[in-house]
Amino acid sequence: MLLRFIGNRVWQALPVVLIVAVGVFFLLEMAEGDAVDAYFATTGAGDAGLAAQLREQYGLADSIGTRFLTYMTRLATLDLGYSVAFSRPVTEVIASRLPVTLMLMGTSILVSGSLGVLLGGIASWRRGRPTDAGITVSALVFNAMPGFWLGLLGIILFAVKLRWLPLGGIGTIGADLSGLESLLDTVRHLVLPVMTLAITYLALYVRLMRAAMNEAADSGWALAARARGLPESKIVLRHMARPALLPVVTMLGLKAGAMLGGSVVIETVFAIPGLGRLSYEAVTQRDLPLLAAILLAGTLVVVIVNILIDLFYRKLDPRIADTTG
Amino acid sequence: MANKFCRHLRVGLAGGLIIVLALVTGKPAFAEKVKRGATFTVASDTEYRSINPAIVASNGVFFIASKIVEPLAEMDYETGLRPVLATKWQGSKDGLSITFTLRKGVTWHDGKPFTSADVAFSAMKVWKPLQNLGRTIFANLESVDTPDKSTAVFRFSKPTPLQLIENALPAVSAVLPKHRYEGTDIKNNPLNAAPIGTGPFTFGEHKPGEFYRLDRNPNYWDKGKPYLDRIVYRVMPDAGAKAAALETGDIQLTAFSAVPLIEMARLDAIKGISVIRGGYEGITYHIVLEINHRRKELANPLVRQALRHAIDSKFIVDVVFLGFANASTGPVPSTATDFYTKDVPMYAFDTNRAEELLDKAGYPRDADGKRFSLKLRPAPWFQMTRDTGDYVRQALQKVGIDVKLVTADPGGHIRAVYKEHDFDLSIGSPVWRNDPAISTTILFQGGLPAGVPFANQYGYDDQEMNSLIARAARELNRNARIKLYHDFQRKVTEDLPILNLVDFTFITVARDEVRNVSNNPRWATSSWADTWIDQ
Repeated sequence: MLLRFIGNRVWQALPVVLIVAVGVFFLLEMAEGDAVDAYFATTGAGDAGLAAQLREQYGLADSIGTRFLTYMTRLATLDLGYSVAFSRPVTEVIASRLPVTLMLMGTSILVSGSLGVLLGGIASWRRGRPTDAGITVSALVFNAMPGFWLGLLGIILFAVKLRWLPLGGIGTIGADLSGLESLLDTVRHLVLPVMTLAITYLALYVRLMRAAMNEAADSGWALAARARGLPESKIVLRHMARPALLPVVTMLGLKAGAMLGGSVVIETVFAIPGLGRLSYEAVTQRDLPLLAAILLAGTLVVVIVNILIDLFYRKLDPRIADTTG
Repeated sequence: MANKFCRHLRVGLAGGLIIVLALVTGKPAFAEKVKRGATFTVASDTEYRSINPAIVASNGVFFIASKIVEPLAEMDYETGLRPVLATKWQGSKDGLSITFTLRKGVTWHDGKPFTSADVAFSAMKVWKPLQNLGRTIFANLESVDTPDKSTAVFRFSKPTPLQLIENALPAVSAVLPKHRYEGTDIKNNPLNAAPIGTGPFTFGEHKPGEFYRLDRNPNYWDKGKPYLDRIVYRVMPDAGAKAAALETGDIQLTAFSAVPLIEMARLDAIKGISVIRGGYEGITYHIVLEINHRRKELANPLVRQALRHAIDSKFIVDVVFLGFANASTGPVPSTATDFYTKDVPMYAFDTNRAEELLDKAGYPRDADGKRFSLKLRPAPWFQMTRDTGDYVRQALQKVGIDVKLVTADPGGHIRAVYKEHDFDLSIGSPVWRNDPAISTTILFQGGLPAGVPFANQYGYDDQEMNSLIARAARELNRNARIKLYHDFQRKVTEDLPILNLVDFTFITVARDEVRNVSNNPRWATSSWADTWIDQ
């Protein structure tokens, strides 16, 4: 039953992958200039012979139809090809970046989600009081700030002035740490970027949770539970918070995709070698194989996250399993 | 050459006196005791497809690779050209051959000896057929003879000025190990990403998106050097983060104006950090207004003169470059003392004169006050090219020329301007590389095919200009050659096929503990064998 559910989901994802793949090809095709033009922009000199030589080497000399066919056959056979911009196999380039992005994205989703649930819950509990106003307003203010600016502020305060945290990268270069030390080093490097991402998205979850909790508080089942004389803590946690989590979890799933893209800026500010920056480079270098692979990896991540979320739904609300089975 | 030393405008307050003394004596005032063994961490903007300087002769590649792979000779403030892998060179009278005597006792990083065979292989199999600059410079190179292990004789099919080859050597002559490249697909050899050379540092590690690490070469031929144990290039794409990293000491230096000009004054005021202007004279950039002569209005010399009068170079220097640039007088920067002449027509900033010329050319203002409308594409790669675009738009609008700004990313810009000619005006940034024949005359030479970047794609093709360029290219006599290039500068400033607006060199920001910074005209792209850190 569970396997069939996952199988269904993967089948449903296939057309999405196809659309993304075709879209990438034609979008890059529409952009002015190709990989050779982008390359000349970095080298500062070149001639017509060299351009022809490079176009041959990069497989850009053929007609658009032939190139599209080669590209699609390659994808169909899961041959991701060779990155033009990095001169190495695409799988190798992606494999080195994907874990970093997953770590950054995963922790910031977890942090913003759980903080949002907690603060939203508190805000609803203190509905109409100063605590409520304080939480909602500050969450909105952070939401309104651009991520890169918040990130730079964080760097100036915590890395330059206070010197508590490192200012970028994902590990101390050349420190040769092992085990626990290396883990702690990574954590220290991730604090600022994760918090920056988490804080900018916090408002959404606070608002969702607060609204859902308010609704639950006014609902019949909360009233019934109270009438049964259940302790307040049990009413809040089991009868209000549990159903209130559903919209928050839905939003977490939807945001997983956005965070992958939204982290280009944060990755740049904090010099983190993730997929966001990689895709930016792939676009400016007109590196079709790389860009296609990144978008496919992104699609895959979003599909997997959404399967996980669906599974989590079934835990939260067993009724869902009967309808989506 | 010594006067170039003056361009070290500021190397820290304490260093000021020493520099003054050094200027007088030409030697360091007192030898500070060198401290060995530090790790030198610098910021790097981007990563490269290949860091093989023999194939890609670009400043970005040299920034890393010039520490690993060495050229035959390097630029120098005192002597002009300092021997590196070649100790001596001599041109023949007929200009058909140059004999290089090579350094003895040099070994590759893998322990094999360096010989003339490596030079012959690099020249014939790499520089001439594959290198972006070498394909032009060595076009007439026919063969390289190796009578013995330390002599390489370059033979040319047409007379080739020794002066040109000398001026080109620092950029085009990185020598590769023949025994690691012969019989392989040179363009795709894995060593292009992890080079082996004869330089003071060996390639250590590249973690994509994070850093490059170079390690000290204990067997370097210049005994006792290098002083550093390690160089780390931290990949930091964000300019604001780079400035912060300088403050914390996470990085000790940024080159190529990686920190925005607007931050320079703030950083310079911080104790322990200095803004250094020297060390880039060998790689001066021009900001030019590229003009498409296919537009009938722009094909008219009067209109081009009017454009020159309408644009205030001094404003660009003061506002766009915050003073870190010089107004140009022509296609050769004033820092290139060998070739520069100021005996050329000058066009003062004068909007009235510009309007007169436009009227005279037959383009009066219409009822809306507009004469005609142009499409301007500023090159996107420098903040300064984009800002200059904004200024030029305003300046031309003042004299009645309507300007539409069109922007694209680097790849798109190259395609639109240099291949499809889809522009009327463009702000470009060609590089001066020590000799007009390397990358300057190509901006004015007619008859190039479409698709050659950073070259004359302007539709300008002048018989007299073409013959002047051709004559200078084969003139063997140094002084006669220089005189021809003076004529060339005059011809350019008379015709104004494109407008040279300002010249600029990059700026280094360094922490004061770093020593021997900017002590040659291509410092950022030189070997750093004598750099050390006072720690």
